[in-house]
Amino acid sequence: MSGTLKLSRRRFLQVLAGTAGALIVGIRSTRAATTPVPPDMLGDALYDLGVYVRVDADGTVLIGSRDPETGTGVSTALARIIADEMDADWQRVRVVPLGLGVADDNGKPRWLYGQQAGGTGNSIPRAWRDLRSAGALARWLLIRAAVPLLGVPPEQLRTEQGSVIAPDGRRLGYGQLASAAAKIALPSGPVPLKTPDRYSLIGKPAGDAEARAIVTGQTAYTLDQHFGDTLAAVLAHCPWPDGQLTGLDSSAALAIKGVVKVIELKPDPRLPLGETVIAPAVAVIAENTWLALQGRLALKLEWKPGASGGESSAALEQQTTALLNSDAAPTTRVRDDGDIDKAKRKAARRVEATYYQPWLAHATSEPMNCLVRLDKTSATLYVPTQSPQQAWTVVQRLTGLAPDQIDIRVPRVGGGYGRRLDHDYVAEAVLLAKEVDKPLRLFWTRDEDLTHDYYRSGCVHKFSATIDAKRHVLAWDQRVASASALAGRGVPVDHLWSSEVSVNQFPAGFVPNYRSDWLGLSSSLPRGPHRGMPHLTNAFAVGSFIDEIAHALKEDPLATHLRLIGEPRLIPQQGGGAVDTARLANVLKLATDRISWKDWLHSVNGLGLACWYMDGAYVAHAIEVSMKGERLTIERAVCAVDVGRVINPTGLEGQVAGATLDALSSALNLAITVKDGKVQQSSWKEYPLASMAQLPRTVEVITVPGEGDPAGASFLAMPTAAPALANAVFRVSAVRVRRLPLMKELLRLL
Amino acid sequence: MAQDHAALTSKPNDVTPVSVPAGIDLRINGEQFHHSGDPAMPLLWYLRDVLQLDGTKYGGEHGEDGADLVLVNGKAASAIGLPMSKLDGKQVTTVEGMADAKGGLHPLQQAFIDEDAIGCGYCTPGWLIASMDLLNRIKDPGDNDIDTLPNLCRCGCQTRVRRAVKRAAAVMKQGTKA
Repeated sequence: MSGTLKLSRRRFLQVLAGTAGALIVGIRSTRAATTPVPPDMLGDALYDLGVYVRVDADGTVLIGSRDPETGTGVSTALARIIADEMDADWQRVRVVPLGLGVADDNGKPRWLYGQQAGGTGNSIPRAWRDLRSAGALARWLLIRAAVPLLGVPPEQLRTEQGSVIAPDGRRLGYGQLASAAAKIALPSGPVPLKTPDRYSLIGKPAGDAEARAIVTGQTAYTLDQHFGDTLAAVLAHCPWPDGQLTGLDSSAALAIKGVVKVIELKPDPRLPLGETVIAPAVAVIAENTWLALQGRLALKLEWKPGASGGESSAALEQQTTALLNSDAAPTTRVRDDGDIDKAKRKAARRVEATYYQPWLAHATSEPMNCLVRLDKTSATLYVPTQSPQQAWTVVQRLTGLAPDQIDIRVPRVGGGYGRRLDHDYVAEAVLLAKEVDKPLRLFWTRDEDLTHDYYRSGCVHKFSATIDAKRHVLAWDQRVASASALAGRGVPVDHLWSSEVSVNQFPAGFVPNYRSDWLGLSSSLPRGPHRGMPHLTNAFAVGSFIDEIAHALKEDPLATHLRLIGEPRLIPQQGGGAVDTARLANVLKLATDRISWKDWLHSVNGLGLACWYMDGAYVAHAIEVSMKGERLTIERAVCAVDVGRVINPTGLEGQVAGATLDALSSALNLAITVKDGKVQQSSWKEYPLASMAQLPRTVEVITVPGEGDPAGASFLAMPTAAPALANAVFRVSAVRVRRLPLMKELLRLL
Repeated sequence: MAQDHAALTSKPNDVTPVSVPAGIDLRINGEQFHHSGDPAMPLLWYLRDVLQLDGTKYGGEHGEDGADLVLVNGKAASAIGLPMSKLDGKQVTTVEGMADAKGGLHPLQQAFIDEDAIGCGYCTPGWLIASMDLLNRIKDPGDNDIDTLPNLCRCGCQTRVRRAVKRAAAVMKQGTKA
């Protein structure tokens, strides 16, 4: 027997009975509806069935995680949200990554699990809204299954750690009840959710659910998945994204025994960036990776640059500075509060500064890759993606298959950071798989990965602040120039600013006269979503600049910040929501108290701070550095966050510490530069993520206990790390670093 | 594929064969293997493509990231920089070989779990191998010793790895006293 309960307008929770007495709560695809699913095929069946919850007769609870796990802990957090709601025994829970849930709706895709996306910071807020009901329904059914066995009405039964318990203490395990629960008629309406006082897992610490498999090397990423008899493909991309192949001699490559084919790939200029091949390329297909790599080495290739051949980082920055210093009208006036020109004339004091930030690559640990098996009626892909739905779109366009003939599987992903919201590598893999009659694995080597990316644009921030006699910021004028991440993606020109600057960012709304202008730059280097965008760049510039204002006023930067933040109040945000100034001041106070900020002027070491907010969450960093000669040491890093309700404190602490270190690593060392249109960094040596020794030995994380709906935290702790660092460096060295990467600039200035 | 997996018992140690078939004999996680393919093939691709022993990861062509670390005769080595020709008679340990035969975790593995020293997890096997190499050399590593771990990680697991290495060292020290 099965039944259906409405979950949202277009999606339904369903209940199925497994053949070995299992209870399954989830969402059925059309195929599963006509196919009985044997429980011993569960591994494969999950991809068809899309279960959220499965209770087996032995008491094991399988929870399907719909969002890709890129290392943000989302699979653990989502599973614990469901497990808590159903009072499952966490020790008996296994988390299984779900593939893409897609059904055929008259030739159009119908997404069975709603939005499936990872690393975009909203997995938990979305799950909080809808996934809890899957757990609640399972619990409701299990209780009703226990009624005849215990002879007690449902209102008198309670649940705890995988059992239904009668008032007299008799208990039945969920496993014993699963089979009967699957036959219970569904409730007529939504089942009530738990009240917070009854949470047993939410808010309690838990390590990564997959930890044991990871430390024993058993976790299979896409690169570790196998179809039998699979060919390996590696690529040589054109150094210029707009260049072309002018000469190809593949005879030496094809002479290598085991090299199967050499194939040329070209971008389709009609398609948006990220949905087609990233640059012209030549692929070598061979029986294994080593042979393919040798084949690539044996290719004789000649490339010709396009218009981008004349581009260089130095020239781009000269143009940018000239543009910012001219009276050129902005591409977009993002915000204009009060009367900035009038306010500027009343200046008691004016502070001005310009900040330069470099281009960055995504540099995921697991390089781009994709495993494909194609035939006339089906495509099966393992994809390390942050957006299985976007991957589906790319595959469907290239294969013409029906929606549910495309099976997209998403194993754990070796880092995303926004790179895997684009699917150029999926397009490449499918195009190559069409040319061979075996499954194919596409694999990008590190040099390809670093030199062919949808980079984060470099940017320049030019600020002017007008301070009145009472030390209040009367006017804040900022001009930001960058190449939009949204250009070339079908976004209208008047929206290109939105990836580069936030209309609500600190201190918009905090000062009476505020203007934010964005000036668009053009570059032939492709850009795309990048972790922390647009907060990372803006927080560095804003956080550094407020520190410079404090210095100009000869006062404690904490005092400058607290005056700017002002009285506890709600500041309405354009587009909805409000910033709670008390929560912002609170994280700042917590971080500075922990680092003994009151000693800031007398400390031999340098102390720096910065605060920021985004999407209903608040963050502050306080950092302490020392310098011995030219050697900079980050002695302490404290980060205070307020994300509302915390689902998993261990997971949150890991995300906050990790994001802090990632942001410090970028700020200290990293830049992508271009010369003659070619990216100059092609190895870790040239794009040196920070070593263990460069990073702080601990990150002290302070979490504000909260009760509001949980906000996402995957990159919350990134924006404030770099400005707090630069401000601390200023305090210890008297050198103001206005250009990243910091180490290079610091050594230049010292 | 020319490589094959020879059973442990098929190679008696006390007899020197008169004509040795070309190839490389090595032990990986205690099991005997024979490679008769391209001697220039790096160990990384032998592990991954031939044996499908996928715990050892590809991070880059030059191994600077440490994702491809394995132990060769107890010392850390980059599997992508190590051609099979250099491995004849060697003992290789990969992350899959860290736990004992009954599946009991190595103290480092348990410490990585306990300290949640995992981000996306892709670089974790490399950190474990590098840490094992460190503890093989220095029983009670200080912060300066831990600073020498060569691995890179974009998720920022370094502070948690530091705690895990110290925790494992403490557990192992206790274990040897008992």
